[in-house]
Amino acid sequence: MKKKIKIKINGKINKIDDKTKLSDLVKNLKVPLKKVAIELNKEIVDKKNLNKINLKVNDKIEIVHFIGGG
Amino acid sequence: MTECAKAIKISGADIVTVAVRRVNITNRKKPLLMDYIDPKKITYLPNTAGCFNSNEALRTLRLAREIGGWKLVKLEVLGDKKNLFPEMIETLKSTEILTKEGFKVMVYCNDDPLMAKRLENAGASAIMPLAAPIGSGLGILNKINIQIIRNQTKLPLIIDAGLGQASDATIAMELGCDGVLVNTAIAKAKKPFKMAEAFKNAVIAGRQSFLSGRIEKKLMGSASSPKKGII
Repeated sequence: MKKKIKIKINGKINKIDDKTKLSDLVKNLKVPLKKVAIELNKEIVDKKNLNKINLKVNDKIEIVHFIGGG
Repeated sequence: MTECAKAIKISGADIVTVAVRRVNITNRKKPLLMDYIDPKKITYLPNTAGCFNSNEALRTLRLAREIGGWKLVKLEVLGDKKNLFPEMIETLKSTEILTKEGFKVMVYCNDDPLMAKRLENAGASAIMPLAAPIGSGLGILNKINIQIIRNQTKLPLIIDAGLGQASDATIAMELGCDGVLVNTAIAKAKKPFKMAEAFKNAVIAGRQSFLSGRIEKKLMGSASSPKKGII
């Protein structure tokens, strides 16, 4: 069995397999990539590079989109 | 959300402000804003409402650019949780940084002509002074300042925040403003759709009035009918 690690997604703790690719994570979450931005540990991630990033313990991910409001 | 889309359509708005918030990752069935309001038909203006310092505002707008590639953004850095007045030192700092990063920044600011000038010098794309505190519905409190700002800048001038009824928008346009930003006055009216339409008409009326060149104000009366042929 693969080792599990804890990460935070949008402020909530999630357990995932160690070294999960960021691209696989967003695929599993069914995130509509074209309509969101992704931040990893407060750095914006270029969506072209999602499959180059292996998640590690205590990573903090923010997935954001637009809502109405001003 | 459908109500919001309908009100936007009725009002004839060209631009709608949007906020950056977390995606609900546990319930992916919730509809997204882009499903209701087509960003190809109406300009999305990402804004930093709710940010209280420069760092938060910069982070928000950099994320916004990543979502959709938008360079046109609205900067709003607040300084006080009760009166919601803009924190102008942080706002000016953020404007300088964002402009250097290639953003076109429309800036929410107080109605101070000197600060408006500094924002312009820092590279702002539009000046957006408040009429009154956000959500207060008080209308334009300092018409003279708005007029001074109008006379000193060729940048788009948009009244942001504090309008309460349609006639406030007419006054803004008659002062020579290029537009108004309205949320609460429509959203919280008893009949929002009717009010959205009223604002549309008010903006058109105000603009036409401004372009028509108003008469001079006089202290005494002056008869409008000719005296010749009087019986």
